[in-house]
Amino acid sequence: MIKLDSHVPEGNISEKWPNHKFSMKLVNPANKRKYDIIVVGTGLAGASAAATLGELGYKVKAFSYHDSPRRAHSIAAQGGINAAKNYQNDADSVFRLFYDTVKGGDFRSREANVYRLADVSNNIIDQCVAQGVPFAREYGGMLANRSFGGAQVSRTFYARGETGQQLLLGAYGSLNRQIHLGNVTMFSRREMLDLVVVNGKAQGIIVRNLVTGEIESYSAQAVILATGGYMNVYFLSTNAMNSNATASWRAHKRGAVFANPCYTQIHPTCLPVHGEAQSKLVLMSESLRNDGRIWVPKKIGDTRSPKDIPEAERDYYLERKYPAFGNLVPRDVASRNAKYVCDEGRGVGGGRAVYLDFSEAFNRIGKEGVKDKYGNLFDMYQNITGTDPYEVPMQIYPAPHYAMGGLWVDYNLMSNVPGLFVLGEANFSDHGANRLGASALMQGLADGYFVVPYTLGNYLTTEKPAKVDPKSNEFKEAENNVKENVSKLLNVNGKQTVDSIHKRLGHILIDKVGMSRSETGLKQAIKSISELREEFWKDVKIVGKGNELNQTLERAGRVSDFLELGELMAIDALNRNESCGGHFREEYQTVEGEALRRDDEYSYVAAWEFKKPGVWELNKENLEFDNIKLATRSYK
Amino acid sequence: MDNNHIHLTLNIWRQETPSLKGYFEEFKQDVSPDSSLLEILDEINNRLEAEGKRPIAFESDCREGICGTCGLVVNGHPHGPLPKTATCQLHMRNFNDGETLFIEPFRATAFPIIKDLIVDRSGFDKIQQAGGFVSFNAGSAPDANSILIPKKIADLALDAAECIGCGACVAACKNSSAMLFVSAKVSQFAILPQGQPERYERVQAMVKVMDENLFGSCTNTYACEAECPKGISVSNIARMNREYISAKFKTEELVD
Repeated sequence: MIKLDSHVPEGNISEKWPNHKFSMKLVNPANKRKYDIIVVGTGLAGASAAATLGELGYKVKAFSYHDSPRRAHSIAAQGGINAAKNYQNDADSVFRLFYDTVKGGDFRSREANVYRLADVSNNIIDQCVAQGVPFAREYGGMLANRSFGGAQVSRTFYARGETGQQLLLGAYGSLNRQIHLGNVTMFSRREMLDLVVVNGKAQGIIVRNLVTGEIESYSAQAVILATGGYMNVYFLSTNAMNSNATASWRAHKRGAVFANPCYTQIHPTCLPVHGEAQSKLVLMSESLRNDGRIWVPKKIGDTRSPKDIPEAERDYYLERKYPAFGNLVPRDVASRNAKYVCDEGRGVGGGRAVYLDFSEAFNRIGKEGVKDKYGNLFDMYQNITGTDPYEVPMQIYPAPHYAMGGLWVDYNLMSNVPGLFVLGEANFSDHGANRLGASALMQGLADGYFVVPYTLGNYLTTEKPAKVDPKSNEFKEAENNVKENVSKLLNVNGKQTVDSIHKRLGHILIDKVGMSRSETGLKQAIKSISELREEFWKDVKIVGKGNELNQTLERAGRVSDFLELGELMAIDALNRNESCGGHFREEYQTVEGEALRRDDEYSYVAAWEFKKPGVWELNKENLEFDNIKLATRSYK
Repeated sequence: MDNNHIHLTLNIWRQETPSLKGYFEEFKQDVSPDSSLLEILDEINNRLEAEGKRPIAFESDCREGICGTCGLVVNGHPHGPLPKTATCQLHMRNFNDGETLFIEPFRATAFPIIKDLIVDRSGFDKIQQAGGFVSFNAGSAPDANSILIPKKIADLALDAAECIGCGACVAACKNSSAMLFVSAKVSQFAILPQGQPERYERVQAMVKVMDENLFGSCTNTYACEAECPKGISVSNIARMNREYISAKFKTEELVD
């Protein structure tokens, strides 16, 4: 067992972070340059952390498997970023953003972390505007806002449907400036394949150079992982093709506990699956739910064209069931209800899709008005489906999108391995069992710009990690571990392709560990996944060599980790005998079919410690709710 | 959605290493009109891997047209024949049954081939590192609404800032000029108030590194705008030229 100490500071919720900042030890400006810091991943969280640490004077080495930091999947976030500015005078506040996020996460997040997130949200907007991020503006020159699911205020800042791109390019600019100044050294096309732990502390990483295949060692006094989420475990997801869990997973196997892996978000507004050859699913920003109305035919198996279905025969099921929030219920609620109506056979043409209809908005603000707000999303829809959404209602269906679970971290964003910090989607900390829209960008940038730059310094001054020679035994052992793993993969020489096995894993997971889970299904999933893992190691086929650019080998390594992680997701889901947020257990629902939380028994973070493949030990961090009363989440 | 497959012949560029000679390899493929071109390459690769043959190396990531990773020349057009469309958004319904496609990497001296369809675009990062930012440290920003920006200006800046850094402009240009790419970033900051303090230094620094990295000159053919998946306007190039000339006059005493 590992003792998990969240290190949440004492005091009133609003004073915890200011007090903690004051009580943390500082590194003298002249001493900062003596510290080498590794940042793995250069998306929003990683780029902002690397840039800010560079600004403070640390010597940073940043790593990315992309050719450039600007490719990270943060770039694809469309809708926006939340902040408690209250610019719209609609009674927003730090406390309300905190409250909405804790409630949206179905009371499974750590209060103190969420409060800090809400608190620094305003600094993020200031920071990004000062960088020259061209957010949407009102005619008077003020920043514009829109609303998002799970909130009754307008607090989302945006740049058309390209908010993630603009924020990432802002962070990329700051990172570039530090590279230019020599404070950050950028290592692109490198994939982290192991964490080096020396005397219990994270002291370096082993990477594979993706162009030459060389295995390289890098030493540092702290390692920051900002490597994103694991939703590609489902094969089909909205994540980018290369998004993977390998860096987190290899750190997990070196001792970092993995928290709440079963908390996965299936996003309601994605394009339906078109066929077996499909490589990924495309998300349409949930901001569309501001003006689009979701409906299905009332009749089972209705194959009429939508324009032939009269109003009286349409079921606007979200508006009907949740009159207070209507189409703006949180993501998990919207997704689960889409699944239900399609399970009933009431999906579009009896299939797996529901309508997202803008006719009411066309009448209210005109097609031009809709185009101004969502033009690029409408274009994208038409491009992909070949159908004009200005004429025919869009069809949508939920798709795996975001991982709330991730490596466990304390209040300082440090994992249980001292010196290993985890930021952004890669950690588990802020979203509980469900993330609200426009909160991922907020968390990534909060962690990178405003949290880790403080807490890292405290670690360095209190723990005084040594400089370790990358030729030391610990590095050699990790290097050999990586090399053996690569040659093991190449030597299987079986018959099945990496993708075909990955697709089968995805089918098991979406079916049994997706929007709706049951004890029987989860037990089957655990068995099938461990069998599939054995099959992989006996029968996978990887063409090519290790000492060259080999994309099949890259994917094989990632899938081998997904085959372990997928099993842990099912184990975690089976352990959690309750329904909360994205985790819905069929055995635990109210008579109305809503999620039934069991706070007495499950108000804890499940943090799993790796023992050997297929064997984990459960550690618990109890969650205390001192500021927000535990309540059944209701959006009615 | 339509499930009638169409039959295509794909001639795909193969080049095992930067120094080995490249060649076109022909593939015959039945494709779903709903699939994207990259999904067709996935299918071909799965077949090659199952047969123990070397798959086609190509890059892609978001497959939503925003990360700028993918970039292939399809029948002579960077990102293919459709306007304002990245390769990953190019769907097979845009091709006819029996058509022949030629698929090549972006070609430019500044973008050396690494393998098959993968090129090295690190020159773009070097240009951005020279000045594509506002020099400003985290933590010192004033309240966001203290900087008022007219909607028109914010929209104009975003039009330029939408560049995805894919390199199609360079591949489209007979001179391999990166002017559209560089001018997009220069314009964003020349237009916005936040970019004013470093306005003239920025344009000179970025142009200098652009030239050092073997990108060619602009001769106003507008091929870049025509092939740009985001439709970035060549008016940004005109603006950058004005900024560059102004910088020469204005900053003699301020800049080396």
